[in-house]
Amino acid sequence: MSTPSDLSTLIFGRLTLDQLPLHVPIVLATFAVVAIAGIALLGVITYYRLWGYLWREWFTSIDHKKIGIMYIVLGLVMLLRGFADALMMRAQQAISFGHSLGYLPPEHYNQIFTAHGVIMIFFVAMPLITGLMNFVMPLQIGARDVAFPFLNNFSFWMTVSGAVLVMLSLFVGEFARTGWLAYPPLSDIVASPDAGVDYYIWALQIAGVGTLLSGINLLTTIIKMRAPGMTLMRMPIFTWTALCTNVLIVAAFPVLTAVLALLALDRYVGTNFFTTVLGGNAMMYVNLIWIWGHPEVYILILPCFGIYSEVTSTFCRKRLFGYASMVYATVVITVLSYLVWLHHFFTMGSGASVNSFFGITTMIISIPTGAKIFNWLFTMYRGRIRLEVPMLWTIGFMLTFVIGGMTGVLLAVPPADFSLHNSLFLIAHFHNVIIGGVVFGLFAGINYWFPKAFGFRLDPFWGKCSFWFWLVGFWVAFMPLYQLGMMGVTRRLSHFENSSLQVWFVIAAFGAFLILLGIVSMLIQFWVSFRRREALRDVTGDPWDGRTLEWSTSSPPPQYNFAFTPLVHGQEAWWEMKRHGYRRPVTGFVPLHMPKNTGAGVILAGLSLVFGFAMIWYMWPLAAISFVALLATAIGHTFNYLRDYHLPAAEVARVEAARTALLDSHV
Amino acid sequence: MSDTTLPLSSGGTSEPLRFHVAEEPHPPNGTLLGFWLYLMSDCLIFACLFAAYGVLGREYAGGPTGTQVLELPTVALNTTMLLLSSITYGFAVLEMQRNRQKPMMVWLAVTGLLGAAFVALELTEFAHLIADGNGPQRSAFLSSFFALVGTHGLHVTCGIIWLIVLMVQVKQKGLILANKRRLMCLSMFWHFLDVIWVGVFSFVYLMGVLP
Repeated sequence: MSTPSDLSTLIFGRLTLDQLPLHVPIVLATFAVVAIAGIALLGVITYYRLWGYLWREWFTSIDHKKIGIMYIVLGLVMLLRGFADALMMRAQQAISFGHSLGYLPPEHYNQIFTAHGVIMIFFVAMPLITGLMNFVMPLQIGARDVAFPFLNNFSFWMTVSGAVLVMLSLFVGEFARTGWLAYPPLSDIVASPDAGVDYYIWALQIAGVGTLLSGINLLTTIIKMRAPGMTLMRMPIFTWTALCTNVLIVAAFPVLTAVLALLALDRYVGTNFFTTVLGGNAMMYVNLIWIWGHPEVYILILPCFGIYSEVTSTFCRKRLFGYASMVYATVVITVLSYLVWLHHFFTMGSGASVNSFFGITTMIISIPTGAKIFNWLFTMYRGRIRLEVPMLWTIGFMLTFVIGGMTGVLLAVPPADFSLHNSLFLIAHFHNVIIGGVVFGLFAGINYWFPKAFGFRLDPFWGKCSFWFWLVGFWVAFMPLYQLGMMGVTRRLSHFENSSLQVWFVIAAFGAFLILLGIVSMLIQFWVSFRRREALRDVTGDPWDGRTLEWSTSSPPPQYNFAFTPLVHGQEAWWEMKRHGYRRPVTGFVPLHMPKNTGAGVILAGLSLVFGFAMIWYMWPLAAISFVALLATAIGHTFNYLRDYHLPAAEVARVEAARTALLDSHV
Repeated sequence: MSDTTLPLSSGGTSEPLRFHVAEEPHPPNGTLLGFWLYLMSDCLIFACLFAAYGVLGREYAGGPTGTQVLELPTVALNTTMLLLSSITYGFAVLEMQRNRQKPMMVWLAVTGLLGAAFVALELTEFAHLIADGNGPQRSAFLSSFFALVGTHGLHVTCGIIWLIVLMVQVKQKGLILANKRRLMCLSMFWHFLDVIWVGVFSFVYLMGVLP
């Protein structure tokens, strides 16, 4: 191996050919699969000449519905990657006992559990949540789009750039080996000198810009753009939870940005924020990152609570029980989520009084959450329950999440936490609430709103297969982890000496296999539904007999959402409209004010990606060039004042006449 | 909630309920609210940096203390210039509201120059510290000092660039509604940085030179 010359160091920084994983067969095989699939996909797009269509109709689109769908596609693709990591971990832990070291070396295993956590939270759950809020919320409040349509497109592409950086780390260099929150001193430059933590930092910073801007955007939308008559206490519960979640995003993500910036300064400049020498304080990192991290948990779960509320009331054909208490519970959870962060590290040793405070606030959160559960149960009570797929996910959630909530209360007791801290009991607990709460909710939401987005329902048979495999798989995979945690097994281990533990890990691996079947069923469900789309077609725009405004327009909705802005008289706007025999207007259309598509978001996010990559590998000239280009493009974009246009009334009339004809032909 | 049980039509005898508006409504522009939200999120970044300084501000690690390295006279001058620049921006906004483009541009230019002088003085202070071996690497105190003051300086620099871009845009398009909105956003940004600086000045400099 030759020493790199000065010139190549200047250009390529510390990136050398050795950084490509040519000697790691597992990664190489993965790369081959990804490359073949990628080339096949690109080939198909090129063959069918879809590039122009994708660019014009999707990538540069500022339509909140299309951006929402793109977010969800991103989340589902990343789910496959994150779940592959999960399967690899379960397989390793099922076989790595005594003399057998398993198939993953420790440094590879450590990257996998880090990547699994980072991907599942930032690039699966967050895009799916943001995607659903983006798609549904403006429709629910009777708006034409979000408050800042261009910013919405830009936010999405920044999230994509972050995801691309994480994926790149698989094939160029390595990912962090630090766990998903990258605690120093392990994540500082001394203990982790390679590019892994830098990938982590830049991926999250770039995606974080997108998340923050989308939070500001959706918040402004809810506050300013509700249809006339929709007071705050008439908003659908999903919109309420979206409001609270976006408040949390705006009030929590800056903390993540700040703490990661300080970590980056420690690594790049040599400052002493979190070092073990010269006055640094690593526990400050842990405190700060959990001040973001705990609200983040509620950022994920609150919109799912909103989804369950919509689904329960629709499929029980009843007004939601306790609307006002649901709203207040959501707001209380929003506030309390800032007062519990220390329960993630009771063992830090803050003393009995501090630990008691945070233990008690943690337990208090279970009260509004419990109120919500009762509200859903009372909504179901004497309702006409239709066990469609979204309702199944909701019932599965209620049974599963309650258990996860109770183990959470157990962990909130500081003395108990001292023995369970960082054990597999904790792992089982948070998967219990994140899978049982967030993932089930997202799948309920996807099954519920899919017909609105695409004009046909998802196939219920494969949806039910997916549900049952997930539900049973979850219980089989994580109950053994509770048991192991009680026995004292800690997290993040790639090898065990005591072979009496093996049976539990084998059971857990079997559970993960069942979940795999659940995911495969869901993919089959998408495919089968697409093939059977004519049989599953939703002509009315209201396939579930819904109650909120999104069901009052066609499926899929026209680009302008509503030909006339709805006038709201009560909580369940569409239900009231149906009760009063509302007739769609067929004449009198007016020109509509719409935002224009733009490619600026893709370009800016692409430049951010280049900048992040250059910073990770110390390619200073490239970093400088891409940064200047980024700035210039952003400034250049502000010189474009022509960002909107009027959709002519004739065009609205044409689209609406087509819908009238469709409705008449299916009476 | 009383409105949840309100009967929808009053007896059903009066005119039927309307469920859509015939005219296209114009929702209020959300830019200023959105910008406020951004400012509050930015404020949280500063809150973290203040917190870091609060935790680490006395961790000298055998290096210099605040009393030894902070020069209050320079900072007093600095502070004066930044506070003055807020006043001059205020004058610019007054002229903008009277639609007098030329005097507004003059006040904007004065604001920019004051801001640039502030940044220049701050950079001189930083250069002195680094030349004396008291760079951000020296101790946790200096790390948190440079991060907090430097982040503020970076914001002022961004503000100056934004100011220049806006002056070009006003020159090109005149005082149209979009430009006025942008000028108001920058105004909020500029005053926000002033408020942050009052915190930095009190918390870092004044309290830093206490024994």
